Amino acid sequence: MAGIELLSDQGFRVDGRRPHELRKIQCRMGVFRQADGSAYIEQGNTRALATVYGPHEASGGRVRAQHDRVTINCQYSMATFSTGERKKRPMGDRKSQEMSQNLQRTFEAAIMTQLYPRSQIDIYVQVLQADGGNYCACVNAATLAIIDAGIPMRDYVCACSAGFVSDTPLVDISYLEESLGGPDMIVALLPKSEQIALFQLNSRLHADHLSKVLDMATKGCKDIHTVLDGAVRDHVSEVTDSMARS
Amino acid sequence: MATYIRPARKRKCSKTIQEPKRLVTPGDVITSDTDFMRGHGTYMEEDKLHASVAGVVETVNKLICVKPLKTRYNGEVGDVVIGRITEVGQKRWKVDTNSRLNSALMLSAVNLPGGELRRRSAEDELLMREYLAEGDLISAEVQSVFSDGALSIHTRSLKYGKLGQGVLVTVSPSLIKRRKTHFHNLTCGASIILGNNGYVWISPMAGAEEEEGGGFIQNLEPVLLSDREVMTRLKNCIVGLAEYRMMLYDTSILYTYEASLKYTLEELLKPELMEEVVEDTRRRLEQET
Repeated sequence: MAGIELLSDQGFRVDGRRPHELRKIQCRMGVFRQADGSAYIEQGNTRALATVYGPHEASGGRVRAQHDRVTINCQYSMATFSTGERKKRPMGDRKSQEMSQNLQRTFEAAIMTQLYPRSQIDIYVQVLQADGGNYCACVNAATLAIIDAGIPMRDYVCACSAGFVSDTPLVDISYLEESLGGPDMIVALLPKSEQIALFQLNSRLHADHLSKVLDMATKGCKDIHTVLDGAVRDHVSEVTDSMARS
Repeated sequence: MATYIRPARKRKCSKTIQEPKRLVTPGDVITSDTDFMRGHGTYMEEDKLHASVAGVVETVNKLICVKPLKTRYNGEVGDVVIGRITEVGQKRWKVDTNSRLNSALMLSAVNLPGGELRRRSAEDELLMREYLAEGDLISAEVQSVFSDGALSIHTRSLKYGKLGQGVLVTVSPSLIKRRKTHFHNLTCGASIILGNNGYVWISPMAGAEEEEGGGFIQNLEPVLLSDREVMTRLKNCIVGLAEYRMMLYDTSILYTYEASLKYTLEELLKPELMEEVVEDTRRRLEQET
């Protein structure tokens, strides 16, 4: 495979991680004032911003409003400067439309939609820097933004990718590992109940290896959940402390 | 002109804050005991009570609920709200009140100009846009809550009605402290309406003549520069308090205003000076309690 060894003999990856190791995650909640909820996440060099507006009156009047549940509207976009080669349009191409639809399905599974009939929730995510696992970073950022907006969810939604190189599953694969053409699995999980909200597999993977790779991705999602939960708890404690002292 | 350059804001995380007891995040199990009542922010699954939002668990007798830090406005009967007209419809106005659904202001729930109390005729219906058009701001009271969570509001008191000249500040509804009165004439020379829905209206001190129009005639005389400065300072104070997550009520706003007087209006926009002002206020409020 093109001279680059994705997994060295000592069991290290190109960026020095072990196969089961995630990239460093840093996140912040409530980055914008005018949105109902917002969050920023960095997973290694992948950076994503998410903003949530709503629940508010459905736009487009009664035609688009659903009488028994809330309409979820997602928009995925990539900044023109996010990739190595400058993008012409930030959104609207086939790939982003597919991503938007995936996001919408993922969050319809997690948000308690029946609580807000006739309303609408808008979720906007933007990738600021793309270094593999864009969808995962967007799902994680959107989860934080939804929690920041105080919208009820059954559970966090955590997404993680996994690859498979020389009989070893790799978790949270980077752009380099993604682009060299191995299998690429994306799993969005409700970590407490282990329900899968989205499952995607690009290129071929032998059925015998499927469970191994899936286990690795599941483990990755749970690790991400631990990190996100810690960040949410810090944020909530800080804000409640400030409100209690006034 | 002097330029002012400031480095990107440093992230505060040095302060070690103790995590409050009974803090939950979505998906956490609150209790597996079944003789509790399920309140807002919770759901039942497999006979266990789970949280669906991040916040602190509140228990009232057998009722368990979790209140998130910030949400859209959840209306309650009797709340004072400020809203913006978005639509003029059949016998009703649609009002944006920062709520999940637009609120309805019925034609029968307003005082007509001149304070007349009579049956609303078809002519009144045609004149609705004359009274309140799209984009107008009003203050009102919540009359009832519909089953889907939408609010019905009324302005059947001379306190409420169309708002004239002033400044609107929007903050999170959870920062407005619930009090007996939400209309204040502050001693600094401006009046303020703290809407329960997180909309705050700052206006110059009302004269006596405004009361007579039944709340529909706007006073469009130019506001004095000194009044405008007071209002702007109040606006900056409220934005600062909201930024540092302090509860908003008359005393806290007045104290912030007094603490801010040592700076000019433009100096107040610098975050580090605003933080100092807010900290001063916090200390003064803590001393008094």
